[in-house]
Amino acid sequence: MDMKKLILVILFIVLSIVSLFIGVKGITPLDLFHLSEEQQDILFISRFPRLISIIIAGISMSICGLIMQQLSRNKFVSPTTAGTMDSARLGILVSLILFSSATMLTKIVIASIFALAGTFLFMKILDNIKFKDAIFIPLVGLMFGNIISSITTFFAYKHDLIQSISAWLQGDFSMVMSGRYEMIYISVPLVIIAYLFANKFTLAGMGEDFSTNLGLNYRLVVNIGLVIVALSTAAVLLTVGTIPFLGLIVPNIVSLYNGDNLKKNLFQTALLGADFLLFCDILGRIIIFPYEIPIGLTVGVIGSAIFLYLLIRRKAYA
Amino acid sequence: MRNKIKLTSLAVIAIALVIIFLFTDIGNYWEYVVPKRAIKILAIILTGASIAFSTVVFQTITGNRILTPSIIGLDSLYMLIQTFLIFVFGATSGIVMNKNLNFLICVILMVLFAGLLYKFLFKKEGKNIYFLLLVGLVMGTLFQSFSSFMQVIIDPNDFMVIQDRMFASFNNINTDLLTLSIVLLVIVALYFARFVKYLDVLSLGRDEAINLGVDYDYVVKRLLIIVAIMISISTALVGPITFLGLLVANVSYQFLNTYRHSYLITGAVFISIIALVGGLLIVERVFTFSTTLSVIINFIGGVYFIYLLLRGNKA
Repeated sequence: MDMKKLILVILFIVLSIVSLFIGVKGITPLDLFHLSEEQQDILFISRFPRLISIIIAGISMSICGLIMQQLSRNKFVSPTTAGTMDSARLGILVSLILFSSATMLTKIVIASIFALAGTFLFMKILDNIKFKDAIFIPLVGLMFGNIISSITTFFAYKHDLIQSISAWLQGDFSMVMSGRYEMIYISVPLVIIAYLFANKFTLAGMGEDFSTNLGLNYRLVVNIGLVIVALSTAAVLLTVGTIPFLGLIVPNIVSLYNGDNLKKNLFQTALLGADFLLFCDILGRIIIFPYEIPIGLTVGVIGSAIFLYLLIRRKAYA
Repeated sequence: MRNKIKLTSLAVIAIALVIIFLFTDIGNYWEYVVPKRAIKILAIILTGASIAFSTVVFQTITGNRILTPSIIGLDSLYMLIQTFLIFVFGATSGIVMNKNLNFLICVILMVLFAGLLYKFLFKKEGKNIYFLLLVGLVMGTLFQSFSSFMQVIIDPNDFMVIQDRMFASFNNINTDLLTLSIVLLVIVALYFARFVKYLDVLSLGRDEAINLGVDYDYVVKRLLIIVAIMISISTALVGPITFLGLLVANVSYQFLNTYRHSYLITGAVFISIIALVGGLLIVERVFTFSTTLSVIINFIGGVYFIYLLLRGNKA
């Protein structure tokens, strides 16, 4: 195991432990050996679910970004910059309007269908755009996302659901508790599938003609990639909310120091995603302790700063 | 010649809609109703015209028909300013309630932001305008994160005021504000008059324009600042309508089918007025306020935009 991986793993363990023991009710690691009933409840109803959902969300969002970047051959494509998040949100709205008593499962199915449709539409738009400037594509994607949002607003306003929809606008882990976060486990098998397909995604990233030439069923691989992205985005959106820029910056940072081999990067991208999200969450929990800053804001602020840095840096080295 | 006929018919439709809006369904209190509606109509014409105008100019500069100037983050900045003022001073404070003061603060901050963005990026890059837009867009997301954070922890009563400002509204505009905006816009328009002649050449692209003797960077910088000022004024006056410009500019290109900006801009201005007044008539008299105009326009503009993208329009 090389140094970088080791650092990431150590960071991961430390942050996880810190995340478990931060909170209004103080629990110290020493208490673990003689937990009172109350402390047990806190740990198992709130702290562990929170930790697990942060880790899974971090891993799956950054892997989604990595897959999308690989498939679209553009470093700046991710669930936030390709309309996937916004489409999933439209899906949630539709399920709220059509099936007012929808279970989580119905919501997640509809949200994923919309996320999938939105991502396909964006890929289709990319095919149609002749002018493929690396910077122009995320611009189109963000505009596309804005438009999907405006459609969402249109229907939400009509049905007086603006407030319910904004609940999904901002990522927030403070509502994660046992009994209402389990949906996020859907992402685990998806991440495993992503790992198994990693080499094929790398191939598919070389373009349709080239990869078909090498004996790859290009369409199938691209579709599998997009389905993984859509399902895990919908799962994260429904349990946690929107986490902007995560899928964008984490894979970029990893490929900055590690090159572009998807299979080699997958593990580190996943770890760094989890580390980054854990760090942002802990930050949000201690800044105005005992209150919390939602994760959407901390990641939004830190994430946009890093994104800008990546953009400017790219210009400087291009 | 044919374009002149088209423009005239657009003008006739616009004027007819204005008259219908002003004088139908009036009841017995016309001394009260007509002046109120006149102010509203003036505000609509002002914002509609400045949005249409600045979008066409912006698209000519960027050489791209699917971009709109508010994407450099001006809309989000407007919401951030409003949220911040209400968050810090409360919804009933003078700085929030006093429309004129609020308007001035918004315009100054937005123009300042656009100016800083341009200054910073033009000094560094000079060339890639998409880079500038993307940075603006990311700044917009940043502003949005801050505002939604403040909106979450704000007093619920204060939040109602914020929600009110999220959607463009022509209902609460007073005469002072209108006069102020007209004066500002006229000054900007006079300044712009010097650059009109370059627009047709600029649409040929940077290299061609320089070849034909245009001081490209100088002119484009000035034009971008004019666009930012106009968008700031119209947003501060009524609130954000992101996709209106996109809609009217593209309809105008298709309808007029010319490269001459004198026609294109005039056409876009008329179409914009038609869209706003017609939309307002539908919202107020047909739907009786069950939805807001800006939501409908963003919806239609958004669907049209997706259509443009899928058709692969000169992007």
